Amino acid sequence: MDDHQKNNPPRTMPPRTMPIQSATFSNPVNAEIRRAAATGIYDIRGGGAKRRVPHFDDLLFLGASMSRYPLEGYREKCETSVTLGSRFAKKPIHLDIPITVAGMSFGALSGPAKEALGRGATMAGTSTTTGDGGMTEEERGHSEKLIYQYLPSRYGMNPDDLRRADAIEVVVGQGAKPGGGGMLLGQKISDRVADMRDLPPGIDQRSACRHPDWTGPDDLEIKILELREITGWEKPIYVKVGGARPYFDTTLAVKAGADVVVVDGMQGGTAATQDVFIENVGQPTLACIRPAVKALQDLGMHREVQLIVSGGVRSGADVAKALALGADAVSIGSAAMIAIGDNDPRWEDDYNALGTTAGAYDDWHEGNDPAGITTQDPALMARLDPVEGGRRLRNYLKVMALEAQTIARACGKNHVHNLEPEDLCALTIEAAAMAGVPLAGTSWIPGSGSF
Amino acid sequence: MQTIDLADQGLRALNETLQSQDSDTNQTEWLVTNPRGSHAIAVGLDAPIDVTIKGSTGYYCGGMNKQASITVDGSAGPGVAENMMSGKIVIEGDASQYAGATGRGGLLVIKGNASSRCGISMKGINIVVHGNIGHMSAFMAQSGTLVVCGDAGDALGDSLYEARLFVRGSVKSLGADCIKKDMRPEHIELLRGLLEEAGSDARPEDFTRYGSARKLYHFDIDNAGAY
Repeated sequence: MDDHQKNNPPRTMPPRTMPIQSATFSNPVNAEIRRAAATGIYDIRGGGAKRRVPHFDDLLFLGASMSRYPLEGYREKCETSVTLGSRFAKKPIHLDIPITVAGMSFGALSGPAKEALGRGATMAGTSTTTGDGGMTEEERGHSEKLIYQYLPSRYGMNPDDLRRADAIEVVVGQGAKPGGGGMLLGQKISDRVADMRDLPPGIDQRSACRHPDWTGPDDLEIKILELREITGWEKPIYVKVGGARPYFDTTLAVKAGADVVVVDGMQGGTAATQDVFIENVGQPTLACIRPAVKALQDLGMHREVQLIVSGGVRSGADVAKALALGADAVSIGSAAMIAIGDNDPRWEDDYNALGTTAGAYDDWHEGNDPAGITTQDPALMARLDPVEGGRRLRNYLKVMALEAQTIARACGKNHVHNLEPEDLCALTIEAAAMAGVPLAGTSWIPGSGSF
Repeated sequence: MQTIDLADQGLRALNETLQSQDSDTNQTEWLVTNPRGSHAIAVGLDAPIDVTIKGSTGYYCGGMNKQASITVDGSAGPGVAENMMSGKIVIEGDASQYAGATGRGGLLVIKGNASSRCGISMKGINIVVHGNIGHMSAFMAQSGTLVVCGDAGDALGDSLYEARLFVRGSVKSLGADCIKKDMRPEHIELLRGLLEEAGSDARPEDFTRYGSARKLYHFDIDNAGAY
């Protein structure tokens, strides 16, 4: 090698820029553009918002310390029971745990899945809820306490089922789609589902988004009067709203005569709705709780009218945090489905065949659920054993209750309802602002007081 | 004839009394006086009794009725006979919005006119209106029969499923997926029976039938403009 060669090494490939994916036009975004271009229709799916939003994970409990005494973990009593409907109903509902199972329709779910939910909830000492398809014998028979939803579609609505329900939930909206109606595509409208909904089998069914015979809180007050008159003022009447304007929605629900207000945030699931709706309409669950509680407090109705919070509740920690922020109970839907077997990796091959993977499967409207839950296909339905499913849900509910008690005891509380915002701090400024608790390590609650 | 003065007895006592009648009751004739536009009168009944309300009623009169025959000797407020299961409800005067909403069975007769959204989301009820009906009537109507001896307002039968609509007069406009259909002999027969039961002397041959074009039963991007 001479000096010239030494000083001038052969040219190699010039350095290249690394391929950089756009944060704006990400692969999932581009895939959706291609899907829309190919099909000409918006994406429909089940579940709730998948995007990351401030959530219970962004809160921590402070625990006991010099100024707070804890309770002994395995010895001292920590109550979990809750009574719902004490305002007007002659027969309020008493639950052993402050965790209920949310409304999911027969039609969206199979008969055995509804049975499993009823069995699990009953064994855990709590209630389950009907949905947009009316009340089935499976769930009435296996649910000691059954909440009957009164929906805009009124599919299967009748006075006999109203009277054999333990409470009535007037559904104004849900977190996945505040302002949207239900959707059940033809694949799932079996003869039985069609018969219960008075529709031709096999058609795409779009439920109404507004109630047919009332608009606004003044009408709702009269509607609630009618429901109470039909049921002899026995049943607690819940009003369920999506997480839209929780302060005003809660205020108006109380004004209309609700015994219980259910506020469902955007992580709350649905059987089928447009993805654009699920991801872009409504507020995160965490953002809804304090305004709803404030509304009840401003009316002097906190604890008098009970507040149930739902949308993305997964663990006893989530339960404890919701209660600490002022809720009386929480409700679970997606988590209950996962407990009985939804999105279980044991069906991974089947999920792959559908072009998805365990955990991400959300095409519930197509009726091909490998876990046999969101389907009306007899062969798939048979994959879910309702007795085993019920046992799993019971276990899961019990674990959540134990976890909530563990936290409550650590905070020195002998009832989970004694948890309070002062037991919490937030990990992010956003969560601190939404939950109205201080950012960890500071006394700063964004939005209250001044900088 | 049993008489209940609503102004004196109150709504709860009225409904409790009427609801406690069973199929074997020998108290089959009831008169309700002084309704004064009260809401939820005679709701949730479930016995073959005749109830006459002397005056006009508020919201949801006869709601979820089973078996009973209810006559409103006056006009009825919104949602009369909502979700009726069976029996018969007759309104001597006019009816407000959502008459017969989501009704699943029985016969609702309105001797005067009905306002908007008459028969909305009906699921098997038969409704006969001697006069006219307002806009958006039979919206999302699933099954049952709506008979209108007068005219119909805008957007009749919008997003209709399998309900049958018969109108004698004019229809201001049809809603999405609602079309005019041929009258076949079985429709004439059906109409004849309903008109007779509703005390109307209109001729079945003078009516036009409307029903679902069934084009919106499955999602199709080419129909997006109809939604």
